[in-house]
Amino acid sequence: MLKYEFDWSVVTSGQYYDWIVSGLYLTIQLSAVSIVLAFLLGLLIAVMRMSSVKPVKWIAHGYLEFFRNTPLLVQIFFWYFGSYKILPQSVNDWLNSTNFEFAAAVIALTIYTSAFIAEDIRSGVLSIPKEQMEASRSGGFSYLRSMQYIILPQAVRITIPPLIGQFLNLTKNSSLAMTIGVAELTYQARQVEAYTFKGFEAFTAATLVYVALSIIITALVTLYSKKVLHRTG
Amino acid sequence: MESGLDFTIVKDNLLYFMIGAYPEGKLGGIALTIYLAVAACFFSFWGGLILGLMNVARNKAIRYASGAFVNFVRGMPLLMVIFWCYFLVPGLFGQPVGETKTVIIALSLFTSAYMSQIVKAGIESIPKGQTEAARSSGLKLWQVMVFVILPQGLRNMIPSFVNQFVSLIKDTSLAFIVGVSELTHVATQINNRSFVYPTEIFIFIAVIYFILCYIFTEFSRWLERRLAWRKSI
Repeated sequence: MLKYEFDWSVVTSGQYYDWIVSGLYLTIQLSAVSIVLAFLLGLLIAVMRMSSVKPVKWIAHGYLEFFRNTPLLVQIFFWYFGSYKILPQSVNDWLNSTNFEFAAAVIALTIYTSAFIAEDIRSGVLSIPKEQMEASRSGGFSYLRSMQYIILPQAVRITIPPLIGQFLNLTKNSSLAMTIGVAELTYQARQVEAYTFKGFEAFTAATLVYVALSIIITALVTLYSKKVLHRTG
Repeated sequence: MESGLDFTIVKDNLLYFMIGAYPEGKLGGIALTIYLAVAACFFSFWGGLILGLMNVARNKAIRYASGAFVNFVRGMPLLMVIFWCYFLVPGLFGQPVGETKTVIIALSLFTSAYMSQIVKAGIESIPKGQTEAARSSGLKLWQVMVFVILPQGLRNMIPSFVNQFVSLIKDTSLAFIVGVSELTHVATQINNRSFVYPTEIFIFIAVIYFILCYIFTEFSRWLERRLAWRKSI
């Protein structure tokens, strides 16, 4: 085996430390923006999926199946390299005027994750007894209003643990944004390796950050499930 | 700019998309994607089985060690696992290991952690009384596992295994990053060569991935229905 000299100072101070921290910052930013958008889009798709209007239901169903059964990486490449031909010129202009790499990554992550979130929300809604919908309908609420005031507030609460699981997946999946040049955590770890040949230290730093994020969030979910969900039965 | 999509680029390169440079060069394209997924699925089934059994072991040290390993791997992005393997595997084997093998090792390690959770759930779904009954009729612990618990538990878990295989098909696209010429890599190659048809190329491979994954997703749903039917009689 090759002799390897450890030098942890590479990732604990100085310029390369700053790279890793800026990568972490971008990872958090990317995940936070995408999870909010993915939640809203997922909610919309879930409501469409449960609609009684057939075409709306089919569109939502097709959306879910297609985006869940396609690799995220391919979706990222599609939005980054290939979307200009199918988007209107005004949207292209706007995208080019912003940070396009970041925007493409957000679009891909949002759409991919929203498909999974929609299914989580749907199973949350299905766990609410049907009588509640019937009662609110006969109480004079429209379908959308019953969803908004009666069903979704309860369903979303049940859905929070799986949603946070999706958030964790999203954070990990955001590492794929490095392939189109978004300088997030994995990208920076690889940069540090390329510049210093200290791959072991650089990857350890990035790995520990990911694992720490995931352990902290998982612990919070467990706590939430025990305290909140258990209490309401 | 001309609007409308032109799929001649796909037609002209169809064979390359399917098998890469084979038989003159190495196998690639869709064939390699399937090969990677099947190989990694095989290894991660056994890896997951071993880890899952360790997860329910009586010995606390074994249980904690395997649990820590599983949680650690699950907290990491797959991309990070691939980089680690790319970086460490040649050192461990004392000689260069091909990219394809490295990726299979990385995919197997990563998926084993997820498979182990399926195996664990499968084992725990079998009532305790069965273990007690088998033990009291004279079977040794390992015999109880091999002849009584696993055959039933694993059968219940087949749909989840198939879902995991679908994830694997999608995950093989990450092999692109270390230059393994599977479908996504082939697509980026053709895209770099032709330059003006990114939309067509990425839509085409998205559809290919979708077809591959959707077949298995439906297969898993069918299995689930069949198992449910079987349990109900």
